Amino acid sequence: MAEALFRRVAIAGNPNTGKSTIFNALTGLRQKVGNYPGVTVEKKTGRFFGSHGEAMELIDLPGSYSLQVRSPDEAVARDLLLGRVAGEPRPDVIITVVDASNLDRHLYIVAQMLELGIPVVVALNMVDVAEARGLSIDLLELKERLGVPVIPMVASNATGIIELKQAVSRTPLPKPERRAQFPIVFETEIAHLAKLTNAPAESARMEAMLLLSLDEQGLRDANLSPTLYTAVTAGQTRLRGAGIDPISAPVDARYDWVATMCSAVVHRRGEDNEGLTISDRLDMILTHKVWGWVAFVAMMSLMFVCIFFLAEPIMEAINGGMAALGNWIGSHMAEGDLRSLIVDGIIGGVGGMVVFLPQILILFFFLGILEDSGYMARAAFIMDRLMSRVGLHGKSFVPMLSSFACAIPGVMATRTIESRKDRLVTILVAPLMSCSARLPVYIVMIAVMLPAAGALQRAGIMLGMYALGLIAAFVMAWVFKKTLLKSETPMLLLELPPYRAPIIRGIAQRMWERATIFLRRAGTVILALSIVLWALLTYPKPENPEATQSEALAHSIGGRMGHTIEPVIAPLGFDWKIGIGIVASFAAREVFVGTMGQIYNIEDADEDNEELREQMRAEKRPDGSPLFTPLVCLSLMVFYVLAMQCVSTVAIVRRETGGWTWPLFQIAYMTALAYLGSLIVYQGGKLLGFQ
Amino acid sequence: MDDSVSLASLSPGQKGKITALDLPGAQKGRVMEMGLTAGTTIEVIKVAPMGDPVQYKVRGGHISLRKAEAALIQVQLTT
Repeated sequence: MAEALFRRVAIAGNPNTGKSTIFNALTGLRQKVGNYPGVTVEKKTGRFFGSHGEAMELIDLPGSYSLQVRSPDEAVARDLLLGRVAGEPRPDVIITVVDASNLDRHLYIVAQMLELGIPVVVALNMVDVAEARGLSIDLLELKERLGVPVIPMVASNATGIIELKQAVSRTPLPKPERRAQFPIVFETEIAHLAKLTNAPAESARMEAMLLLSLDEQGLRDANLSPTLYTAVTAGQTRLRGAGIDPISAPVDARYDWVATMCSAVVHRRGEDNEGLTISDRLDMILTHKVWGWVAFVAMMSLMFVCIFFLAEPIMEAINGGMAALGNWIGSHMAEGDLRSLIVDGIIGGVGGMVVFLPQILILFFFLGILEDSGYMARAAFIMDRLMSRVGLHGKSFVPMLSSFACAIPGVMATRTIESRKDRLVTILVAPLMSCSARLPVYIVMIAVMLPAAGALQRAGIMLGMYALGLIAAFVMAWVFKKTLLKSETPMLLLELPPYRAPIIRGIAQRMWERATIFLRRAGTVILALSIVLWALLTYPKPENPEATQSEALAHSIGGRMGHTIEPVIAPLGFDWKIGIGIVASFAAREVFVGTMGQIYNIEDADEDNEELREQMRAEKRPDGSPLFTPLVCLSLMVFYVLAMQCVSTVAIVRRETGGWTWPLFQIAYMTALAYLGSLIVYQGGKLLGFQ
Repeated sequence: MDDSVSLASLSPGQKGKITALDLPGAQKGRVMEMGLTAGTTIEVIKVAPMGDPVQYKVRGGHISLRKAEAALIQVQLTT
């Protein structure tokens, strides 16, 4: 994109105002997702063209209620608007999206934007909803009082998009001159402090204002120079002396300004419509003491049923496609290492990951609907009590739930959590939830363990494994919140937005975005590791060319690793062959089934393969006793419940936490937990006389 | 101001006018920025199924707070 940019436009606004819909409507598919330098917050930008074809960049700022920062997302929005980000000049204009049906609250963010000294265009979205509620908004008066362009819009059907483009490409765009007036003493302090900050003249006023309304903790975290720190605290003391609270004064002033404006521009037609809205009626069911739970369980069940069953045919098709591709290459290439690398290593390894894409897409589809409809906030509302018991926020519930399908979208879903520590705790425990990749392992092991058991008994054990993961996640979250990531249970301040019909186009776009990120970023890692794993299980080759596959495996580095770790895993009841399976499963858990198949030399092993089960059941220890006793099977399953054996998750955690520290810690603690869990099961079981 | 009660003591359907917010610094700022400023009318809509948090209506929007924080917000009952 070499063309010169005419303007850089930022789009800001409260959450749930249709900001993303406007972003998508303006940019179409000309979007890209990257990272801000140095931080892990995503930077979403797009291109659009003004009324005369002027190319403009649109920067999507994370939804935010305020410039006084709470989450890493909000810090990025603030830093960008204040020109604090190196290499990112301040935007030329800010589109501020507001919900026309609730100006009383949404003009607050506009009040702040007007204080930044950057031209502002107000996108007055959802005028149709306002109209339906019997509100009429005097546009001319609003424009006049704000002193900036105001564009009435209905973003869900693209009404007003052209007018918005025209408004931001107009030349010249004057800087706003009107804003909320703070008490005179406060304005004096701001002017005084503004001279002391190093900020450029245009943003100095806002910087000074933000500093003055920080609390003690905030001031300490701001890393100010001693001179500036003293100046700020002295200013705050003078303000308090004059009877002005530095924290509430600016908020009060802005809301007063908003209230005056609303009483002049918003008119109610007919009598005061205080009746129940559709949204209120939905809430009567969805957060009801009884029906709320019924609806919640029904929705979650529907989601899981879809993830498991709807995805299955697609997953089988991908598996089939991969197998066909492997066979085709297999039959068109000479036998040798290269063929083995491509078929077993690359297609087997990368295919093993791509196969989860349908589940991830279905999950994101559901999450998108739950999020956009406004239900997610209700789920957090009803689950908050439970989550707060372990020191977490209602918002941590969604990522944990997602992790039952796959920890990758679960970890990605933690972005909405404001506190960094809480977000980390949630990321750390998310992979303890039994994901779909563990399912094949459970299925095989339960079949080996209880050959004669009925469906109910098998389902019971399966449920037990899921429960174990869930309990472990809650316990570990509690432990982390008490120790390593010690912090108060965060305050809950949750907006329950009105229910809205989700816009499928927007959800589809996000699914596409997630799919490409998943395939591109984690895909490169998986590819590299699949090759490494293949090499470990292939080299060095046995001297005897007639060696069976299983002998070759024993001779390989992977096989030797199995032997090496045997003394360590023997107390868990595992032999060196299971050791190879565990080593191989580090890349992805479901590899265990395939590896066992390779070890026992079964062609085309999968979990429904009767032969593999028979062979595993027949497997004997050197002393002649059966290897896979029920106790060993149980110990092995417990190990798989608790261990971190998924390269893709490690890659995503590294990306989301911005370094190797947390993923390495996560591997360490989960492996320790798994070892301990298996040890207790096996040794405890033996003591109790089980086999 | 002696007729002020804590927001946590209100039951669903009751309304009050906020008179004081005794939350610690940054929390107070956050709560106020969501529209809970002194003088604003706040209405209790419902209590979550497990007894906490509580849903409130303020400035035309719905906000949810835990009882622990609501206990630090003083209101004057209105009818």
